[in-house]
Amino acid sequence: MIFRSARIPAAELERATGWALKPEGLCHDDRCVPFPHDAGGDLSLADVASALGMPLVKEEAAGLWALGPGGGGKALDDPDTAVLPDLELPDVNGDPFRFSSLRGQKVLVVAWASW
Amino acid sequence: MWQVLREELHPKGLEIVSVALDARGAAVARPWIEKAMARHPSLIDAPHQLGRLGVANVPTGIWVDETGVIVRPPEPAHPRRPAYKDQVVPADASAVERERVEMVKALHVEPDRYVAALRDWVERGTKSRYALAPDEVVRRSRPRGLDEATADAHFALGRALHAEGDPAGAIAHFKAAHRLHPTNWTYRRDAWAMAGPEHASIYGTTWLDEVKREGVERYYPPLEL
Repeated sequence: MIFRSARIPAAELERATGWALKPEGLCHDDRCVPFPHDAGGDLSLADVASALGMPLVKEEAAGLWALGPGGGGKALDDPDTAVLPDLELPDVNGDPFRFSSLRGQKVLVVAWASW
Repeated sequence: MWQVLREELHPKGLEIVSVALDARGAAVARPWIEKAMARHPSLIDAPHQLGRLGVANVPTGIWVDETGVIVRPPEPAHPRRPAYKDQVVPADASAVERERVEMVKALHVEPDRYVAALRDWVERGTKSRYALAPDEVVRRSRPRGLDEATADAHFALGRALHAEGDPAGAIAHFKAAHRLHPTNWTYRRDAWAMAGPEHASIYGTTWLDEVKREGVERYYPPLEL
């Protein structure tokens, strides 16, 4: 995911990754990772990447930072649940669609491409 | 491509969602979507978010049950025999073109087994032998080490640079993504599509080169049903 600055507000990190800043550190669902930082200040993406084991690739001249997913495991890495993340993607007209809106039906997600 | 199956199985409780992995977005996917006249949701995934679930080629299917739990991880999903399996090599084709067509025809596809398994799951739900337990879903999902995770970040950066009018800068990051995650075909083919007809000289490789390197039998791995 792309960020426009090397330091971002905690709310932006949570919106993009699901990791929320709490007194005990960075937390996602039941899992927390220690994350020392000054209250109220923006978070350093480099520190976040290091704490969460995520790669950070940057093009500072273009003002772009990209945070990859956590590595070191499987693409689907939660054997307790294997829950589909609640992705939001636009439809062909640009209207947002959330996968959770399909609960109650079986779903076949089909990835394809024009190329 | 999927709408016939969708109309058959939707009354029995299945919805199909098509997701286009096109970095250039709706503009390039729209003609195909309009031609299909599908009644199911047709979404656009320009940043290849599905890559994070282990989608690395197309067509790929993921089964999700009524509670949002994945019961089959990403795997090749062909609703019918693709037309390319029966194409004829033109008499005047060059040696390279002939080899490319033969390679396309040799791709491994299993539409009959896949569709039969899908019908069984729709009919029988959790009693279907094709609906997998969570630990098996995770076991079968693709590995994601630091290289694959870093490739994700490079692809995202390449796409952002391309969108901002810096195709040369984008290519460097797409190349990094290809190097770090060589078996991800969606990174390769989408970057090649963005580069246009000159992509072979820009990237120094072709689809045929890469399929030969990877092994044609691994392009669409056999279904583990």
